[in-house]
Amino acid sequence: MSASSRWYQLLLALFSLNAGTAVADYALNMTQGVTRTSQAVYDLHMIIFWICVAIGIVVFGVMIYAMFRHRKSRGVKAAQFHESTTMELVWTLIPIIILVSMAIPATRVLLAMEDTSDADMTIKVTGIQWKWKYDYVDTEAEGLSVVSSLHPDHNEARQLGADADLTVFGDTYLLDVDNPLVVPTGKKIRFLLTAADVIHSWWVPDLGWKKDAIPGFINESWTIIDQPGVYRGQCAELCGRDHAFMPVVVVAKEPAEYAAWVAEQKQAAVDIANSADRVWTKAELMAKGEAVYQTNCAACHQPNGQGLPPVFPALAGSAMATAEDPAAHIDIVLNGKAGSAMTAYRDILNDVDLAAVITYERNAWGNQASIVQPADIKATR
Amino acid sequence: MSTATADHHGPARGLMRWVTTTNHKDIGSLYLLFALIMFLIGGAMAMVIRAELFQPGLQLVDPQFFNSMTTVHALLMIFGAVMPAFTGLANWLIPMQIGAPDMALPRLNNFSFWLLPFAFTMLLSTFFMNGGGPASGWTLYPPLSLQMDAGFPFMIFAIHLAGISSIMGSINVIVTILNMRAPGMTLMKMPLFVWTWLITAYLLIATMPVLAGAVTMLLTDKFAGTSFFSAAGGGDPVMYQHIFWFFGHPEVYILILPAFGIVSAILPTFARKPLFGYSSMVYATASIAFLSFIVWAHHMFTVGMPVVGELFFMYATMMIAVPTGVKVFNWISTMWRGSMTFETPMLFAVGFIIMFTIGGFSGLMLSIAPADFQYHDTYFVVAHFHYVLVTGAIYSIMAAVYYWLPKWTGHMYDERLGKLHFWISTISVNVLFFPQHFLGLAGMPRRIPDYSVQFADWNMISSLGGFVFGLSQLMFVWIIFKAIRGGRKATDQVWEGAQGLEWTLSSPPPYHSFNQPPTVR
Amino acid sequence: MTHSADAYYVPHSSYLPIIASIALTVSVVGAACWFNGTASGPMTFYIGLAMVLAMLFGWFNTVVKENLCGLYNAQVDRSFRQGMMWFIFSEVMFFAAFFGALFYARVLSVPWLLGDATGLATHLFLWQDYNEYWPTNGPANAGGDFQTIGAWGIPALNTTLLLASGITLTLSHHALKAADNARTVWWLIATVALGSVFLGFQAYEYIHAYQDLNLTLASGVYGSTFFMLTGFHGFHVALGTAMLIVITIRAARRHFTPDNHFAFEGVAWYWHFVDVVWLGLFIFVYVL
Ligand code: HEA
Ligand code: HEA
Ligand code: HEC
Ligand code: CUA
Ligand SMILES: [Cu+2]
Repeated sequence: MSASSRWYQLLLALFSLNAGTAVADYALNMTQGVTRTSQAVYDLHMIIFWICVAIGIVVFGVMIYAMFRHRKSRGVKAAQFHESTTMELVWTLIPIIILVSMAIPATRVLLAMEDTSDADMTIKVTGIQWKWKYDYVDTEAEGLSVVSSLHPDHNEARQLGADADLTVFGDTYLLDVDNPLVVPTGKKIRFLLTAADVIHSWWVPDLGWKKDAIPGFINESWTIIDQPGVYRGQCAELCGRDHAFMPVVVVAKEPAEYAAWVAEQKQAAVDIANSADRVWTKAELMAKGEAVYQTNCAACHQPNGQGLPPVFPALAGSAMATAEDPAAHIDIVLNGKAGSAMTAYRDILNDVDLAAVITYERNAWGNQASIVQPADIKATR
Repeated sequence: MSTATADHHGPARGLMRWVTTTNHKDIGSLYLLFALIMFLIGGAMAMVIRAELFQPGLQLVDPQFFNSMTTVHALLMIFGAVMPAFTGLANWLIPMQIGAPDMALPRLNNFSFWLLPFAFTMLLSTFFMNGGGPASGWTLYPPLSLQMDAGFPFMIFAIHLAGISSIMGSINVIVTILNMRAPGMTLMKMPLFVWTWLITAYLLIATMPVLAGAVTMLLTDKFAGTSFFSAAGGGDPVMYQHIFWFFGHPEVYILILPAFGIVSAILPTFARKPLFGYSSMVYATASIAFLSFIVWAHHMFTVGMPVVGELFFMYATMMIAVPTGVKVFNWISTMWRGSMTFETPMLFAVGFIIMFTIGGFSGLMLSIAPADFQYHDTYFVVAHFHYVLVTGAIYSIMAAVYYWLPKWTGHMYDERLGKLHFWISTISVNVLFFPQHFLGLAGMPRRIPDYSVQFADWNMISSLGGFVFGLSQLMFVWIIFKAIRGGRKATDQVWEGAQGLEWTLSSPPPYHSFNQPPTVR
Repeated sequence: MTHSADAYYVPHSSYLPIIASIALTVSVVGAACWFNGTASGPMTFYIGLAMVLAMLFGWFNTVVKENLCGLYNAQVDRSFRQGMMWFIFSEVMFFAAFFGALFYARVLSVPWLLGDATGLATHLFLWQDYNEYWPTNGPANAGGDFQTIGAWGIPALNTTLLLASGITLTLSHHALKAADNARTVWWLIATVALGSVFLGFQAYEYIHAYQDLNLTLASGVYGSTFFMLTGFHGFHVALGTAMLIVITIRAARRHFTPDNHFAFEGVAWYWHFVDVVWLGLFIFVYVL
């Protein structure tokens, strides 16, 4: 969006009485969300908010009254009182009572939120710099796996200095992914959150909570979404350079539609497994490889393969990517490099994607080296 | 009891005076100057942040550099600006307020100060190293912080040095207060600024070593193969957070207790009425300090603690509102039926009370664990802590500077400019930080250089407020500069209603404050 | 200088603090370069260290001289005492961070990795084969299999040595108060000897751990906490021993009088603090 049109809208917002409608609908308050939890949290938020406002009015009211009435310029003589145990007791006890009355509903909501028992299905969520991986752990979707990265169009638009028109994305700029998490409505879904590299935090405001994804540990949370729809959120824990570009999109579908989606995904997985057994042409690998590269690797190694030395090495002309024997290259992509940001892609990409991206890296940007077949990857695994 | 210092020498001359000085006023001035410089650099970094966030899209800086700006902005403001500014005030004021000749351990005092420029030069030098400056947030959570490149050990050691400085400085404060009071200056007669600093100093010596331990473990995890914070070796990244916040939460009260002391000094002066509830103020301060040790995990509600833990930390955190409320109510009772005038220090003090309380309210909202699941790591938190830090800590420091500047320099500052500075700052700072509440509630995470377009308007407004607030601080620098250079002569008492030992000394005070210990009624 | 015996002594401007700051900075810059593998790192570090030592020497020399000149009155003496006390307190908190790490790992994170207590699913999905409580090097078997050092060998002996050194030091203090200089010095020498033997055993134990038990800093969280705690403590014992040597020499030169010997007492507090920390270590690191 250009600066001038923003300015214009800003002026509109400032000078029109119904600012809310003059500008794209931005919110002032917390969302009420689409789950019972999010509604409960919203209610709690409003209770404490209004209590604070009320206390504020009383406290500031007294203070401002004093500031107007008890000024020297009005000829007031200062009183000299400076102690009152009664008053101290009063303003110790009243806040305590107020706090207790806040703590009770808060405790109720908290206990309900932490109860993950009796879930209908379980999804494992893994945060990876900078994407999410979803594994369906049980039910008919068992074995399905979705890797969810920032949508390529958005990825292009958000490059430094890109003169992109952000209005085309509407309210979803940076909040859209290539493959969303699809879940059924009306089911209690248990989420198991973890991470592969650094701490991330999985957050969809409409569900009413966020929870950290911690490498080496599993955190639990749950939700029941009653309304079909698309719910968007973001990673909420600083996780490095592209923390801002790690959206979460949850698509809730009616159970029947959801079942169809699962069947379709399962078929696609079978197709990929089958295609891994055939020999691919270089052109096929390069085409697929470029797509995989742009979504998975370009964040660090850059779209042009130049990397951001010294932290993210260039792949164009890299010794590893141009060596005749691809073994080392396969190894680093498969297993990552401990102690660096280079993640292990073993469980993130399938054999075809891996073969394709490695082939691509070995033959793009002036590199010229051997191609790698899905079968080679399978053999190395 | 001793009687006097026998050292009647004036200051040495030239630059080396400042390098080698053991005088509490010289060292106080050095601290204050250092803090001001750090405030300007840290503020300039905030301006980079606000400029990048002016509109959606990435216009100015790489995301990695943006993260460094956020991180170093916070480190400079907290460890470089607010803490040294308070230490500078302590150096200037504590000996004068308790009737002591100087700080108890003058050479150590100089050492505490001079560590700081080296520490922060080291920290800033990481920007020029491979991989750039620290970019994992001021909290330095592993494993992310371990991904930092060549600058990593320099950053860690910079924190160690700054920590040594704080610990030595606090020991000095404690010893001065406990051992150097003039005859008759009993503990319960000490000005509240002295009291709050005494308690702050205890917080510091209890928590800075813990921070040092935490970053030492980061260092060995990176370089010596230890697994404190790695699950693969049986450790836990969350363990770092517990240790960090065991330091970090008391740290935020380190940044506010001296502010309470300052406000408690200024209000009675301009209300011409004694402070209401002196002893409950002291007890409230002590209660806040005590509670601050058992609330740390409210920064970690979303890490997946067992639910009993979440409940405990929620209740404990909410409790802090009680003693803090006691302070606020006592201040208001001090103003009540006073005979008030509103010179610049008073304006800043009143601004402090209102806006700090707003920040306190949002803090209370954050303490409600289930609601924090939504607030956490959004701009709502950013709004909260800037209200307590900028319109809290920074405002109190500005109030203190205006209040004591005539005493320090012997010249009145320009009252008209001072008031102007207050009003421009107060309007712009609210334009800057109030909309961040909305942004956070609407779902904008913190620590991001680019955001979705529905957050655009409030970000633009916030940035505009930020630029005005930033520029108006240049006024502050100018006013101080002018008052140092000259101006209307200040009387010894300076303010009509000022009470306390420091106002019995000449303006500016003699090089050694009390050669003969004063008698306290 | 016109100092009456009664005045609180405020020293003149001094080069010591700035030298101290520079020395510390040089050494940490050296250490940082060393960590980064820069060739000049170690050299810079040692130069910094030498500067720190020289500075300490100069600083204490100044203080000793001022003291001997009678510049310090009772109030200055109290300042030093209180300063030392709170310094030791801050050191206690430094150790507390590492003890905290030990407790957290043993009581919380390792059981969580095993899926205990909270019913968390961690062990079901991430570390299926992991089943050792403590000692442990974690589910990834970091650093390879290792053995631990039993409590009742050298560590128990070391405990006795340190406790004994606490007693000898107290005896020395009593002798000092009784103005019996010879005994003061002898008991101090005994204390230094006990401390040194402790350090010798500690060094032997480390070598043994690294060479025979494969217990290293990299042995997961057990190795990390073990070496961090004992190492940090050992470092303090070394410092304490050095301080003891200094006051032994000073005692031999009759610097202390029965009612003016802050340096002696400061070192003694420090030594007792190191002693108490060791007891904690012995119980929580070795015995339990
Ligand atoms: C000067 C610094 C300062 C101060 C004083 C405070 C004060 C408080 N803070 Fe704040 N806080 C920070 C600095 C500070 N904070 C910082 C820097 C962070 C973010 C760190 C990071 O993540 O980077 C943070 C984050 C933070 C969080 C974590 C948020 C998150 O990350 O999710 C929480 C949660 O509980 C919290 C709570 C509180 C509370 C309850 C108080 C209380 O002390 C407030 C008490 C005051 C009042 C309540 C107002 C006056 C009282 C009355 C008028 C009496 C009557 C009132 C009632 C009965 C309601 N703070
Ligand atoms: C005492 C502490 C303190 C102070 C004073 C400030 C002051 C300011 N802070 Fe900051 N801030 C923190 C402590 C503080 N902050 C902390 C702890 C964080 C969290 C970091 C983290 O997430 O890890 C943070 C994070 C933070 C963020 C969130 C960044 C992110 O999440 O990515 C933002 C964004 O707006 C911000 C803005 C500002 C602004 C505009 C000021 C202004 O008040 C600054 C005003 C001062 C000046 C501008 C300097 C004076 C003027 C000049 C030098 C002249 C040049 C001026 C112009 C060119 C206009 N701060
Ligand atoms: C989070 C950032 C990040 C992402 C995403 C990433 N890498 Fe890397 N990569 C690195 C880093 C850092 C290194 C350097 C590791 C080292 O040697 O310390 C690296 C190294 C490499 C190397 C070795 C280069 C050389 O010459 O030594 C190859 C090959 C590689 N990555 C391929 C990939 C592929 C293929 C992908 C995507 C499927 C990818 N990387 C995604 C960060 C990343
Ligand atoms: Cu992942 Cu932030
Ligand atoms: Cu806190």
